[in-house]
Amino acid sequence: MVVGTPHISLAGSAALLLDGAQGAFDDATQELVWAVANAALSLEGVRETVPGMNNLLVVFDPLATDAHSVGDQLMSLWTSTDAHAVTGTHHTIPVSYGGSRGEDLAGWAAHCGLSVDETVRRHAAAAYTVAAIGAMPGFPYLSGLDPLLAWARRSTPRLKVAEGAVIIGGAQAGVMPMTAPSGWHMIGHTEVKLFKAEAELPVLLRPGDKIRFEIAGIEA
Amino acid sequence: MIEILTTGLPNTVQDLGRPGHLALGVSHGGAMDKQALAIANLMLGNDPSAAGIEVALHPFRLRTHVDTAVAVTGADCAVSVGNRPCPPWWAMTIRAGETLVLEAPRTGARSYIAVAGGLDLPLVMGSRATDAKGGFGGLGGRGLSRGDRLALNPAQCRLPAGGIGAALEERRGAVDGFASAIELRVLPAAEFDAFTPEAQAAFTGSEWSITNDANRMGYRLSGETLSLVSPMELLSHGIVPGTVQVPPSGQPIIQLADANTCGGYPKIATVIEADLWRLAQAPVGARLRFSAVSIEASTEALRTNWQRRRDFIAARNLMAGEQRSP
Repeated sequence: MVVGTPHISLAGSAALLLDGAQGAFDDATQELVWAVANAALSLEGVRETVPGMNNLLVVFDPLATDAHSVGDQLMSLWTSTDAHAVTGTHHTIPVSYGGSRGEDLAGWAAHCGLSVDETVRRHAAAAYTVAAIGAMPGFPYLSGLDPLLAWARRSTPRLKVAEGAVIIGGAQAGVMPMTAPSGWHMIGHTEVKLFKAEAELPVLLRPGDKIRFEIAGIEA
Repeated sequence: MIEILTTGLPNTVQDLGRPGHLALGVSHGGAMDKQALAIANLMLGNDPSAAGIEVALHPFRLRTHVDTAVAVTGADCAVSVGNRPCPPWWAMTIRAGETLVLEAPRTGARSYIAVAGGLDLPLVMGSRATDAKGGFGGLGGRGLSRGDRLALNPAQCRLPAGGIGAALEERRGAVDGFASAIELRVLPAAEFDAFTPEAQAAFTGSEWSITNDANRMGYRLSGETLSLVSPMELLSHGIVPGTVQVPPSGQPIIQLADANTCGGYPKIATVIEADLWRLAQAPVGARLRFSAVSIEASTEALRTNWQRRRDFIAARNLMAGEQRSP
């Protein structure tokens, strides 16, 4: 396993942030993040583990354990945990590309120097992985976007991007689980619901899950 | 049942929050001033995590349709029950048809109203707290509106004729943030060392003020510009309430109860959990000052808080026992 030594820092009196990033996002590091996130849940006094992008937030009860002890145990898990322990579920998400709910489609294709059809074909051809869930309930940070399709975020975020919007931000892809502000580009929409607060399992996607987008239609 | 007569959308149903779901992108949420809500509940013999009302926009008025008991804590504001004035941090009985009124705070920003038995609302992901960003929890996932009616859980609450009060040692003489700055203890965070020595010195050596851009998600501050030694691009990472981020503008943002669960800005420090209530009670325009503290001292502050809550429960139980004896 070629993964560097992580940096561990305090995130207040009841959490540590383990940062395993060595520059750009790395898939192998992320697999280790998921595995350590699961393993760390059984440490004494640990309350929550939150995988980020090549990093892991670990929330603990400071009256039951302490930061030094949790830090040492995390460092040990980082070197000893089998990174291939997480097997994800496969999901197919049908996307209606373009139209009023994907109004950035033409601009995105122009930015990539490709036709609209070719841009869509490449977006739907790639295999994506849910690297982490966060920011808002059920929001997936997806890795696996074709590098040709990367597009820096908008300089001014939209105040409202609708639930179901299929979006692109830098080298990442995503889907909006609810209507919220976002600086990412809207390239289409899906009817698949990613978050239902009242459901027994409120969030559809988990870190490690594999996603494919299926072309349900293209409206230029 | 209680009926809301005067309110604003920032006023919400809250409890002690829904920890345990950060990895699903769900904020801890809950009362911004958790100790105040917990004490209000305890005065009535409720579980500390019973659902009550967080009032961030005053004045606030409600009418009860049943005989019950209410407790009001948090900000120091004029409170009356059926036109009878009540001291701050007080629990008292209220008769069917009477009105509870909370006027604008003299100091502090948020008031908490607990009702005997707690508000009867469904648990969503283990909590009744309103998550307005996600649109769930509380009353339909939204702030309270005039005319809203809230059911109460059945309760047997015995109070002495004049009610009972609570006083917390650490709140005695708490500053308002205007005559003098509110002191907040902080621990350094991941990128502290990436800031210039001038920025590190200015962070704890100068005063900050809370801008209009302040709500349950976080407060934007204004003050000296905090610069990094060189620009940084961070990957998204989990954050906790109290995290002090510094976006490219150099003006800090303190993330609070309803903050996004992940962020990407450099973090200079984290306000310790034991001091988050001070932020909850800091209004727009209030001045803040940060001081560095050790991890041991921050844990000790938390331990003291818990001990005070246990002492309070013990005292309340003793009093309830005396009420019952002939």
